[in-house]
Parts: sequence; structure tokens; C-alpha cells
Amino acid sequence: MIARIWAKLTDHVDPFLFAVVATLTALGLLVLYSAANETMSRVVSQSQKVVVAMVIMMLIANLSPQFIARFGVPLYVMGIVLLLGVALGGEVIKGARRWLKIPGIGNIQPSEIMKIALPLVLAWYFERHEGAITWRNFIVAAILVAIPFALIVRQPDLGTALLVGACGFYLLFLAGLDWRIIVAGGVLFSGVFAAAWQFDWLHDYQKERITTAFNPSQDSQDAGWHTIQAAIAIGSGGLFGKGWLNGSQTHLEFLPEKHTDFIFAVYGEEFGLLGCLVLMLLYVLLIARCALIAVRASSVFGRLLAGTLTLMFFTYIFVNIGMVTGMLPVVGVPLPFISFGGTALMTLFIAVGILMSIATHRKLVGS
Amino acid sequence: MRAQLRNHDQELFFFQRRLFVAAIVILSCFALLVGRFFYLQVIRNAHFTTLSESNRIDVQPEAPNRGIVTDRNGVVLASNYSAYTVELNPQQMVSVDATIEEIAKIVEVSPRDRRRFKKLLDEFRSAESLPLKSRLTDEEVARLAANRFRLPGVEIKARLFRQYPFGELASHVIGYIGRISPNEKTRIEQQGLTAEYKGSDYIGKAGIELSYERELHGVAGATEVEVDASRRVIRTLSRKPSIAGNNLQLSIDIRLQKIAEDAFGAKRGAMVAIEPATGDILAYVSRPGYDPNLFVDGIDPQSWDLLNNSPDKPMLNRPIQGGYPPGSTYKPFMALMALEMGVRTSAQTISDPGFFRLGGGYWRDDKAGGHGLVDLPKSIAVSCDTYYYLLAAELDVDEWSGFMRQFSFGQKTGLDISGELPGILPTREWKARRFPKDPKLHVGDQVSLGIGQGFNTFTPMQLANATAILANRGVAFKPHLVKRIEDPTTRQSRLTQPTPAYSIALKDAHIDAVKKGMAGVVTEGTGAAVFRGANYTSGGKTGTAQVFGLRGGEYVESQVSERLRDHAWYIVFAPLDAPKIALAVFVENGGFGAKSAAPIARKVLDSFFELQSADAKAVAAATPVGSGAGLAVATSISGAAKPNVAAVSPVATTNPVTGAAR
Repeated sequence: MIARIWAKLTDHVDPFLFAVVATLTALGLLVLYSAANETMSRVVSQSQKVVVAMVIMMLIANLSPQFIARFGVPLYVMGIVLLLGVALGGEVIKGARRWLKIPGIGNIQPSEIMKIALPLVLAWYFERHEGAITWRNFIVAAILVAIPFALIVRQPDLGTALLVGACGFYLLFLAGLDWRIIVAGGVLFSGVFAAAWQFDWLHDYQKERITTAFNPSQDSQDAGWHTIQAAIAIGSGGLFGKGWLNGSQTHLEFLPEKHTDFIFAVYGEEFGLLGCLVLMLLYVLLIARCALIAVRASSVFGRLLAGTLTLMFFTYIFVNIGMVTGMLPVVGVPLPFISFGGTALMTLFIAVGILMSIATHRKLVGS
Repeated sequence: MRAQLRNHDQELFFFQRRLFVAAIVILSCFALLVGRFFYLQVIRNAHFTTLSESNRIDVQPEAPNRGIVTDRNGVVLASNYSAYTVELNPQQMVSVDATIEEIAKIVEVSPRDRRRFKKLLDEFRSAESLPLKSRLTDEEVARLAANRFRLPGVEIKARLFRQYPFGELASHVIGYIGRISPNEKTRIEQQGLTAEYKGSDYIGKAGIELSYERELHGVAGATEVEVDASRRVIRTLSRKPSIAGNNLQLSIDIRLQKIAEDAFGAKRGAMVAIEPATGDILAYVSRPGYDPNLFVDGIDPQSWDLLNNSPDKPMLNRPIQGGYPPGSTYKPFMALMALEMGVRTSAQTISDPGFFRLGGGYWRDDKAGGHGLVDLPKSIAVSCDTYYYLLAAELDVDEWSGFMRQFSFGQKTGLDISGELPGILPTREWKARRFPKDPKLHVGDQVSLGIGQGFNTFTPMQLANATAILANRGVAFKPHLVKRIEDPTTRQSRLTQPTPAYSIALKDAHIDAVKKGMAGVVTEGTGAAVFRGANYTSGGKTGTAQVFGLRGGEYVESQVSERLRDHAWYIVFAPLDAPKIALAVFVENGGFGAKSAAPIARKVLDSFFELQSADAKAVAAATPVGSGAGLAVATSISGAAKPNVAAVSPVATTNPVTGAAR
């Protein structure tokens, strides 16, 4: 009985993808143990979440892409409703309204739902219009992107909004958005951003994060502190690192957010350049596998969704490491499969589940 | 169906192309990250490793204990005490004034503290910590500690403070310490002493504290600790203990010093007493003095102005910085020179009519009508000017300055505190350089120089040293205030001046003739009235230095404004045979030497011999013959376990050098 359930569960697991993800997750737990100053509580809690997330991943992998596509619209609508709920009555934490308290469930962050829901609804939409896609479809799609984007910007959570917006854009890009529009959009976006900067539409903390990203020493006590300490941690790691559990920046509390967004600094300090290259290799394998799934996908829906999720993974990795190494502004993006935290983990494993579903349901549809 | 299939293939191809573009973007972004890793972890690895280490490691400097200064008998003259201070870091507070107001609500902050702090703040803008109030009581410490959380940049620190228990007494000898100024900091850096001064805030500024700074200061220690981001100490990595500064045993006897300073009363002036056989300075007076304790934690501007602008110049170190004509105290040396040069014999007499004429010049003797027949000893005893007018006119000034130089006239004596001025021992070359319009040294100038007036400019230190050399029959020791330097941990000590510096070849008969004259001063001459009844023999000489040139007229002391009155001198050594003490007393605007300077010398000499015999009795009573206990105590300078002064001092005075020298 258990064997049958297990067989059923693992039936649609992509072994390669699973191996990469499992390796990353294991590595993450290892780093987390160090970041938690060699205590087990966080590692145990994270492990439990990983188990749950993996089961959900396998369950989703078992669903067919067509079935998953049906969730697009309801999830999207639910996401929008929850975002509106946040705007009207969300919990204010650190000056931003990002969380919604739902009795019996607890605090949820609707913007997280959007990270999956938006690509899902767009992929569904483009599949519906397969073969006859005109500029009208792109306008509708752009509106579908713009609504959650605007709601998340208002929270305010510029970082997440940009990530959600990026997911939307990736899908439009893969769906064949005209290069001219992309260029024009890019120019327009920069223009709006410049105007936002100029006319103080951005919150001070947002501006500060951006400025300190490019000149961290300007304010070494507050905003720049994170970036500087992270750079010190990584830079002092050298070629081979200070060794697991031996990072002084980590263990003497110089690193902020070391379990979550800045966990890469812990990794870089303790494992050095060699470790970083290994990690990058794992991520390249992850992305290559996902891209392959996208190329091999048998439907427009599967193809676009897989491609978008691939790019989403990439974006998380690049933005997180770029931020920790001081190349990009500090935005609250976790390092995929490594950072501590349940919500992001769930989103990532759902995405992996969807990718596995697309990968393993290909032949069935094809035949 | 075919069209649709082709369409499908086309779409796939199109998608692949887009994905390919994305892949290029992804790979280049990842390459960017790898490049960044390379930059941080390889190229800038050393830089970040340094930063990481300085994050992790905090070096806590440990200022060394400053050496203790004692007098020759072990009485503590400068020591350290530990006290709590409340210190402010101006960098860490929004408003210094507001913080001071807050502190004033908790503990009393006097107006003097405020002024002092303002001055410190002006001088040390970038300092990390400046004391607002020191010597906090335990209760004040407790109250401040309870409120510290709402006073950022305010710290309570336990610090060692310098204390000068005798206050003004011997202030010009001991000097004082003060906060290290930016200039001094630069000097420390240039001398490569930065490590030794880590954590030190104070440095010697004057006197012994300044000139023996290197001995007294010691070497800073350091504790390397590992700290976390909130600077909490996790563990100690290494500890290098500080090395305490050396203790100094001065040659002065603080009891004699007190008697001498008291003898001056309100008079301004200087006195230096030397042990001729060693060069030990037994007392060193510069009046008025100042309280060195005022400087220790930063002097307040009011007290500073008072000291600096006073017409009495209390900050002037008169024995080495005051230059005055020696007046008649120069005569014994002139006489000795005449004998040595063979231009006079002791018995050779001159007839003194009470004046001296040369060319168109006319010089009066102090005594109207003259002293009659005057031989060399008498010329000293009665201070016959005419004798020396004649002598000076005969001699070559350059030759004579060469002789006088050996007695340190117009030369730095090399005293071991800084700031000594050389004074002026006039020569032809000097005259030409100093007065280009009248470059010739006239014979008239020479006549004035011969009686110690005119261009002669010597310091009281020089007079005392010359007297000591004369008393010691030409054997010169370098005069010194620090007798012995002791390592506080090993208790090993060394003498600063164990051997004579040089000796002047002088005929014994010549010295005896001059000594006879100086003995005559005390028994029948200018000093006889003051020294009547003394139970020791001595050889002295009075002197009066003109401040004010009187052209032809009679000098009437009462009619001349106090500041323009003559300076009074007295030099003396005692006893006549085997002198134990030689001294020079100088009283600024004191008038006639015998009147104001000689009585001070009398008091000091009386006390000196009283102390000597009292100490000898005490040591005879305290130390059984052959016991080394007294010596063992005496060699330790430590102020912590201060032995009975009376019991110790004789042992210290009869040190081996005294015996060996003569």
C-alpha cells in the first residue's frame, strides 16, 4: 500500500531535476546549521518544511499540465482579491502592508501566490489563443501583469513587484513579444523609474537601498552595513573559504539576515571561491534542466510556463547573489533552495512540481 | 494539418530562439557573478581578510603604570592613584552641551569642570574620549551607571591619575604631565613609539616628567580579544602585559627643599644646592612655583591665564632659564683665574683709592674712599671692586672666557631637565655678532665684566655648579636631579651620574687662596653679619647684579621701583674642608646680596647640617652595625611601602659614590 503510494508519488519525478534540487537543499541545510551557530532547531524546522514541500512537489508533478492550467484563472483571481484585502486591511509590519491575517491559517503574503499565479494565467491565456496571437493579446496580458504589479508596488514592496513583473515580462517575451515593443517598454520603464526617482514616488528606504547598493560605504552603520559586512564575509573567504562552521563574520554576528536573504555570504565565507563555483554549477545544471524541459514541452502552455519558471529561478539566483555581493540593491529575495524560510521554499517546490509535471506528461500528450 | 504542423514547428523554433537569447543573458549574468566572486575572493581577498580580522579582533590597549618619583630618601613626590572619571566622546553625541546638562542633573559638574572641558574640546577636537569630571565618588559612579543607557557617548572609566602630594613644592623640578597634544602625537609617531603609547593619554610636559618621559612612561600592553558585532568580548586571544615605567629617585631632599622654599617667603628667585662630590642637586628652588596638580586632568583656562600672565612669572624655571649678571659672586672665579694665569699672587697687594680710572673712564668702588691695601683673599672678603677693575683691564677677555667656560659660565650645565638656557659668556666674537654697529669689545666693557656686571648673563644653575666645582677643587660632576633609576619589577637600579664628568687642572695653593677669601666673607667680610654664630665653617660670596644702569648717581634702594631694584646673589659652600654642599641663592630685585640672599643661604645651610646630624643619629639608633637591612630598604624607591624617612635617608646619603669621589 505504502509502496504503491510511494510509486505513484515518485512516478512523475524528474530524476535529474530532483537530484539537483535535493543537492541544493541539502547544501542549504548544511549552511543553515552554520548560520544558526551550530544549533539544530532551525535546521529541523527547515527540514520539516522541505519534506512537506517535496510531497507537494510530487503531488503537483502527478497532475497533468492541462489540469494545472485550469488553476490559472482561479489562483490569479484569488491572488488579486487577497492583494486587495492586503491593501484594505493588511498587517502593517515595518511600515509596509504586505501580510494578510486570515483566521485559522495565519499570516499569508498574497504577493507570493502571484509569483506562481501570474505565469500560470498568462501561459493559460496564450495557449487559448495559440496560433492566432495578435497585439491585442499582448495588451490583455500586459494588463494582467500590471494589476498585481501595481498592487504590490503600493504595499510598498518594490522588490517583489519587480520580481512578479519580471515573471510576467518573461512570459510575454517567450510568447513572442515584438523586440521593438520590448525596447520601447524598456525605455518607457526607465523613464517612469527616473520620474519616480525625481518626483519622490519612491519611499526613502527604497531610494536608500538603491543608492547604498552602489556605494555601500556611504552609510556604513545602517543600510550599507549589510552590504559591507557581506562583502567582507565573502571576500575574506578567499579561494577555499574559512571552512564550515569557521566563518568569523557569520559566527560573531557581523552578518545580518544570515539565515535568510544573506545566507550566501555565510556560504561564500566558509566555502570560498571553490564553493561558490560549485554552487553556480548546481544552479546552471538546474536552469539547464528546466530550459530543456521547456524546449521539450509538448504544449504552448507547458513551454511558456516552464520557460518562465526557469527564468524566475535565474532571477532569484541572480538578484540574491548580486545583492549579497554588492552588485545590486538590497531587495528581499531569498536564495533558491538555500535560504531559510517556508513560504519561498513552498513557492519554489511548487514551481519544480509544475516543471516535473510538464517534463513527465510530455509523451502522454504527444502520443 | 501540415500547415498547422509547420506553424507548430515555427512556433517551437521561435520559442527556442527566444529561450536561446534568454540563455545567453543567463550565462552572461552568471559569468558576471563569477567575475564578482573572483574580484571579491581573489583580487581583494587580502583587503577583506584585513577587514574581517579587524571586525573580529579588538585590541584593547593597556596603558602602563607611570613610574613613581621620590626624593633621595624615598619620599614620594609624584605617584598615581586610580579614580573613576566620566568621559565624553564628542563624536557619539548630537550635542555636547545638552549631554553635559544631562550629566549635571545626575552629578555635580562645577563651572571649573565645564571650562576645563571646553578647553580640552577646543584642543582635542577629534579625541575619542575626554574627561568631564574625575575623582567620582562611588555614589556618583552608581548614579551615572544607572543613567548611562540614555547618555550615548558617555563612559565611566577607571583611570590612573598623577598626583603630586607636595603641590607647589619643587614644582619646577618635578614638572607635570598633561594630555598628549596633536604635536606630541606626531612626534611620538615620528619616533616610532606609537606602540608604546597605545592607550596612553598623558605625557610629561615639564620638569622631570618631561625630560625622563621615556623612563617614566613604560610600554603599553595590549589584549587581543575576539569580539562580536556588538563589540562584546567572546574570548581573549592573546595578552601582552604592559611594562611599568621606571621609578626615579631624585637627588633632592624634600625636607631641605621645603626649608629653602619657605626661606624665600614671598620673594621671587632661585636657589640651587649641590652636593659637590656627586653633582647631586639637593634642593632646587624656583619661586614662585605653581601647583602641578592643576595640569593633570587639563588645566582650566582661568588658572592657566593666572599662571601665564602673572608678572611674577611662576611658569619661568628661574634656575635654568633666568639669565642675570652674577655681580660680585664672579670675583672668586676671577681671582682663581688670575692665580692660574700667573698675573697675581695671593699675597700681592694693590692700593685701592676707592675708584679706578682708565682712558677717559671712571669706575667707583662700592666703598667710598676704598679698602686701602688689598691682597687677593681680602679682595674677595670685602668685595673690592678696584682690585678686579685693575685685573680685568690687564687680561684678555677671550682667554678669560676660556677659563670661565670650564666652570660652566655661559654654558648649559647639562642639567637633566629641559629648557636650560646657556646665558652669555661674552667674548670679542660674541660682541661683534651681537652688536654689529659697535663690534669692538672695549676695555671699559671688560672692566664691567671683571666685577660680574655688564654683558655677563649667567643662570643661578651655572653659579651653583661653578661653586660646586670650586668647592670640589676642580673635579666636575654633571649636576643632576635624578640620582637613581629603578626598574619597578626587577628592583634593579642604576645611578645616573656615577663618575666625574671632567676635572679642571688647578693648583691646590690657588684654590686654598680663593677659599681663604671666601671664608673671610663669612667671618669678617660682607657675609659676616648673616653667618655669625654658625656651627659650621663655610666659604661664601655676596653679589649684587645691576638691573638698572646708574650714570654717575648713587644707587638708593628705597628710591628705585621694586622691579628695577638690583638682584641679590649669594654663593656658598660648606664646610670649608671637604664641602658637603654648595649653593647659589638668587633673589630677584632683592637689592644688596648680603641683605636678602645670604640669610636664605644661612637658613638652608643650618637646616642641612641639622638634618645631617639628625639622620646620622637616627641611623645609628635604627641600624645595628653590620646589618644590611637599612640598605635593602633604601635601594627600593617604591612609594607603596615607604620606609621611615628618617631611618632611610642617612643610608641613601652615604652612597658609595660619595665615598669614592674624594
